[in-house]
Amino acid sequence: MTMSETARPDAVDRQRGDAKIHIAGLGKTYRGHGKDRQVLADLELKVRDGEFLSIVGHSGAGKTTLLRCIAGLEPPSCGEVRFDGELVTEPPAGLALIFQDYGRSLFPWLRVLGNVTLPLRSAGTLSAQERRAAALDALKAVGLADAATQYPWQLSGGMQQRVAIARAIACRPEVLLMDEPFASVDAQTRADLEDLVLNIRRQYGVTVVLVTHDVDESVYMSDRVAVLGGTPTGVAELIDVDLPPERDQLTTKSLPGFIDLRTRVLRAVRELPSERKSGA
Amino acid sequence: MTRRSVLRTLEFGVPVLVVALWWFISEAMPPSFYFPPLRDIWAAFQATWIFDGIGRDVVPTLTGIVLGYAVSVIGGIAIGVVLGSVPALHDFLHPVIDFFRSLPSSAAVPIFILLVGVGMEMKVAVVTLAALWTVILNTSEAVAGADPVVTDTSRSYRLGRLDKLLFVTLPAASPQIVVGMRVALNQSIILIIVAEIMVSTQGIGFFLKNAQWHFDLTGMWSGLVMVGIIGFALSRLFLFFERRVLAWHRGLHGKAEL
Repeated sequence: MTMSETARPDAVDRQRGDAKIHIAGLGKTYRGHGKDRQVLADLELKVRDGEFLSIVGHSGAGKTTLLRCIAGLEPPSCGEVRFDGELVTEPPAGLALIFQDYGRSLFPWLRVLGNVTLPLRSAGTLSAQERRAAALDALKAVGLADAATQYPWQLSGGMQQRVAIARAIACRPEVLLMDEPFASVDAQTRADLEDLVLNIRRQYGVTVVLVTHDVDESVYMSDRVAVLGGTPTGVAELIDVDLPPERDQLTTKSLPGFIDLRTRVLRAVRELPSERKSGA
Repeated sequence: MTRRSVLRTLEFGVPVLVVALWWFISEAMPPSFYFPPLRDIWAAFQATWIFDGIGRDVVPTLTGIVLGYAVSVIGGIAIGVVLGSVPALHDFLHPVIDFFRSLPSSAAVPIFILLVGVGMEMKVAVVTLAALWTVILNTSEAVAGADPVVTDTSRSYRLGRLDKLLFVTLPAASPQIVVGMRVALNQSIILIIVAEIMVSTQGIGFFLKNAQWHFDLTGMWSGLVMVGIIGFALSRLFLFFERRVLAWHRGLHGKAEL
C-alpha cells in the first residue's frame, strides 16, 4: 500500500520497513500572545504494523499533542506524519480515535446504536441494514449488545467508554488511537477495560497506539513503550516489552520481568528533566 | 396523595378557582360599564367566538402567527448555522443583528404598510421582523460555542457535511435554539395583535379595535379572553414540542422521564 518509491526520491528512506505510522522530524509550536510554546521538537517514531505501542511521559510532555498530530486533528509545525506512506493532513480513514472524555465524545442526543452507526453512515459503504448489523457486532464485542437502545448517559462511565470503543471498532480501523481512555473510571473498571482492549486487539488484529500516564498500564498492555521527554519533547527512550503475549492482570503483573520493565519505564519518565518552563 | 398528584390538582384547581372568584365577585359588585360581570363577558364570548368569529378573526390571526413564525424559525436556524460556522461572519454581523433585535418591530409597522400593504403579507413581515433575530442569535451562538470534543469527534470520524449538520451541529445546538424559539413565539403573538390593531381588516386585533370604536366593553373583554386562550394553547403546544425534542437534554441533566 506504500507509495512507489520512485515517486518521491526524497522520501525513500522514510518508506522503508513495515511502519504503519511514520513520524519524522515532527515539531509542534503553539503560538500564543507574544510567547510561543514549543511542545514537540524533532520527534521520530515508527509504529509497526500490528503492534501495541504505548506512549508515556510526565504530564505536560505533549503526549496528547503527539496523538492529535497522528490523528490528523492538529497540523504539525514542522516534520510530517505518514499513515501507510500517505501524508496525514486530515483525519485519515482507517484510523479511529478514542477520546478520554467519553461523556462529551459520545453524543447524548443519540442512542447507543445511533452513536455507533453514525460514522458508518457517513462512510457510505454499507446499507442501513449492514450498518445496524456491524454496529450490533461491535457492541457485542464490547459486551453491550443489550444497551443498543439506551442513551449513553443512562450507562455507567465504564460502559460509556465501551460504547466509544464499539464505535471505533465498528469502522474496522487498521489503527486504534487511544488518548488516556481509562483515566476517568475506577480501578476495577479500568482493569476490565484494559483486558477488553487486549481482547479486541487480538480479535480484530488492529494496531494500537495508547497514550497513558499510568506506567503499569503501559507495560501491561504493550509490545513497546515510547517514553517522551526533554523540553521540547522528543522520544527519550523506546522500551521493548518482552513479556509473554498472553497478559493477565494477576500473573503478568507479578512477573519479575514486569517489575523490571515498570522500573525501567518509571525511571525513564522520572529521570528526564521536567523543570518548569522558563518564561522563554 | 403523592406530591405529583397534589401538583396536578393545583395546576387545574387554581385556574378554576380564579375564574370562579372572578365570576362571583363581578356578580356581587355594583354594575360597572368598564368592568362588566363575567356572566356578560361569557355571553358575548359565546355570541362572538362560537363559532362565527373563529373563521372571521381567529383563523387570520393564527395563519399570520404560523406563517411568520415558520419563516422566522426556518430562516433563523439556517442563517444562524451559517453565521455560527464562520467565526469572522459571526463577529462582524453580531452587532448588526443585535441592533435589529433591539429595534421594537412595532415601530416598523408603518413602513411595512407602505411596502407590502395591509394584508397577510404585512402581518407575516411584522412577525418575522420581530421573531427572526432571536432565533438567529441563539442558533449562531450555540453553533459557534460548540464543544471542541464534539467537533474533534465529528472530524475524527469523518462525518459528512449533511450528517454533521443533522446529527451533530443541530442537536448539539438544540437546547439554545429552543430557548430562542420560545421567545420568538411570544414575540410573534404580541406583534401580530399590534399589527392588527394598527391597521387591518381581519383578525383578533382588528376585532378589539372595532369593539373599542363601538364602546363595546364586553366585546373587548371577550376578545382579550380569546387572545389569552390562543397564547396559552400555543405555549402548551410549544412545551409539548420542547419535551419531545429535548428529552435527551432533560435526561442528561437528571430530570429523566423516559
